[in-house]
Amino acid sequence: MFKGKFIDNLPKIYGTYTGGFIVFIILMAIAEQAGMSAKLIGIFFVAFTVLIYALIGYLSRTMQTDAYYVAGRQVPTVFNGMATAADWMSGASFVAMAGGIYFKGYGYMALLVGWTGGYVLVASLLAPYLRKFGCYTVPDFIGTRYGGNMARLSAVIVLTVASFTYVTAQINATGTIASVALDIPFEIAVYVGLASILMCSMLGGMRAVTWTQVAQYIVLIIAYLLPVFWISNKMGAGVFPHLMLADEVARIAELEAQFGLGEVKNSAADLKQVPKGLSGITKAHAEVNTTPWKFISLAVCMMAGTASLPHVMMRYFTTPSVKAARRSVGWSLFFIFLLYSSAPMLATLSKLSLMDPNLATGIIGKSISEVQAIDWYQNWNQANLMFVSDFNGNGTLELNEFFMGGKAVVLATPEIAGLPYVISGLVAAGGMAAAMSTADGLVLAISNALSHDIYYKMINPRAETAKRLIVARVLLVLIGFAGATIAALEIQGILGSVIWAFDFAMSGLFFPLVLGVWWKRANAQGAVAGMLGGLIAGSAYLIAVRSGYPGFWGVTQLTFGIVGSLVSLVLMVVVSLMTKAPDAATQRMVDEVRVPSGKAILGKQH
Amino acid sequence: MSKQQQHWEKTRMLLFVTLAIWFVFSIGIFFFGAEMEASSIRPLGYPLSYYMTCQGSLGIFVILIFWFANRQEKIDEEFGYTEREDD
Repeated sequence: MFKGKFIDNLPKIYGTYTGGFIVFIILMAIAEQAGMSAKLIGIFFVAFTVLIYALIGYLSRTMQTDAYYVAGRQVPTVFNGMATAADWMSGASFVAMAGGIYFKGYGYMALLVGWTGGYVLVASLLAPYLRKFGCYTVPDFIGTRYGGNMARLSAVIVLTVASFTYVTAQINATGTIASVALDIPFEIAVYVGLASILMCSMLGGMRAVTWTQVAQYIVLIIAYLLPVFWISNKMGAGVFPHLMLADEVARIAELEAQFGLGEVKNSAADLKQVPKGLSGITKAHAEVNTTPWKFISLAVCMMAGTASLPHVMMRYFTTPSVKAARRSVGWSLFFIFLLYSSAPMLATLSKLSLMDPNLATGIIGKSISEVQAIDWYQNWNQANLMFVSDFNGNGTLELNEFFMGGKAVVLATPEIAGLPYVISGLVAAGGMAAAMSTADGLVLAISNALSHDIYYKMINPRAETAKRLIVARVLLVLIGFAGATIAALEIQGILGSVIWAFDFAMSGLFFPLVLGVWWKRANAQGAVAGMLGGLIAGSAYLIAVRSGYPGFWGVTQLTFGIVGSLVSLVLMVVVSLMTKAPDAATQRMVDEVRVPSGKAILGKQH
Repeated sequence: MSKQQQHWEKTRMLLFVTLAIWFVFSIGIFFFGAEMEASSIRPLGYPLSYYMTCQGSLGIFVILIFWFANRQEKIDEEFGYTEREDD
């Protein structure tokens, strides 16, 4: 069916795949009409898509180092953009973001700006230069540019702290979705999620992760956009929601005023009844309800964090050229934009469909017993994601008497808006794809750093290829299990851990990476001081704030990266200037990195 | 100035311009959230502050990166630093 090289056939292969997936959705829709149960549809969606990813993972198996670490450096620009988008958009983007906007409105949308604006930094400051360098991992760049095992080790430590915080959140997300869709307990579902993640990455490393991520992007974007368009059209809100929801946004503001948003406060005793993790609507939807600094500091942390997270950066090591790396960043952001610009629209539609008394789906103002009898309410109440209670005893549901989990906005809205169940199954598959693709990238980033930078470069430089790749795989499994074990404890919510990961990465890696390219005078001593000092300062601030310290400059536990990275910058500059300038060979190396043509600094096999 | 220094000089200028535009749309305008909300400029009917956070700035970033990539390619070409094997 497909002649010639695999790479040349990519558009055909993924075109066929997309067509096949749409046919599968239609078949499921027909099966639903024929009376297939909702539960079975959910199982089919999740199981079918995960099996396809596992198949791609198996077909991409390899025993070559450059295929395992950087997918053979032959991933075309647009496809790398798709893979990066899937790598990037995690369970937090897919499942939690629309929910955040739903509950917190404008103040929360700093994340949309931060998680996209960071790509400008990636494209202009780092990606093309690191691609020219020819490294396998991010610590590989730090270790070679600054020289010495200490710099390499420090980079591995920061990378591990940041990525591990992130990956537990993603395994938690796969577990949540698997437990809802497959109807198994969360503690077991976490390991089912882990097994699917490992199947994608273990045999083929970066090559396998690349081609599964492209497949996962296609599933997740269909799963996000289809319901948004469908609900919008069904509600008569507009054929193209992104351009046509202005009236709905205005209508929400009107309803918020009418229902007395923010005027009626719940008493502490009332709030005690609400199950943990659920929140009510307390902030206006489109009004500016946050201070500029709060908005900007969060956006800045997310942007600098984006540019320092190794699992994103290493995707640009897989392009065929420096030029392709640069363009590929643009494509990544384009594919991310498709989902991010839809999240506020989904939040708007979801909010309106629950609030507007003129719509059949509106529940505010209805009697409590009536709401409690609704099918979808019972389902999601059972899953611990929805709750109503008559605090004032008047028998009607008020705005402050309705509570919902953040995840429910994406997962439950199709059902609330009265879409067929097949859409809910599709959304579950999309959430699974988003969380799995990010978890794969992260687990691989950590295990590659440990196997390449610690084992091969520091412990056993004479190890043969076969042995290196076996070590890499053993580490991959171990890290996956460690992540799953911690995820099963559920210490911090999905979104909180993700934001922390950005702050950790920013604290330790942002300035050492950027100055490595843009400041020739930066040396190993400075970089080590910057990485470790930044990480320690940031973590110390986080721990202090968590244990009751009020903090300064309005920096919270979500933005502690500001403190960490400033300490890192100051230490790095001061220590670099106090110690010897890097030798001539290093300076020449930096000059080499700055021009796209010529040989890579590190050879094809290293 | 050697060829390589000139190339780097131009590359740095491009970086400054790119980061300046980035700064305006990711940080600068959000100092004026309340003013944007009250503004009579309402793209597609949305309040300006809401529009910029959910579409405006995001779209500008996408265009900015492609513009940056094109300019940088021109600079590399001018000094003969383009890679030989292209995709």
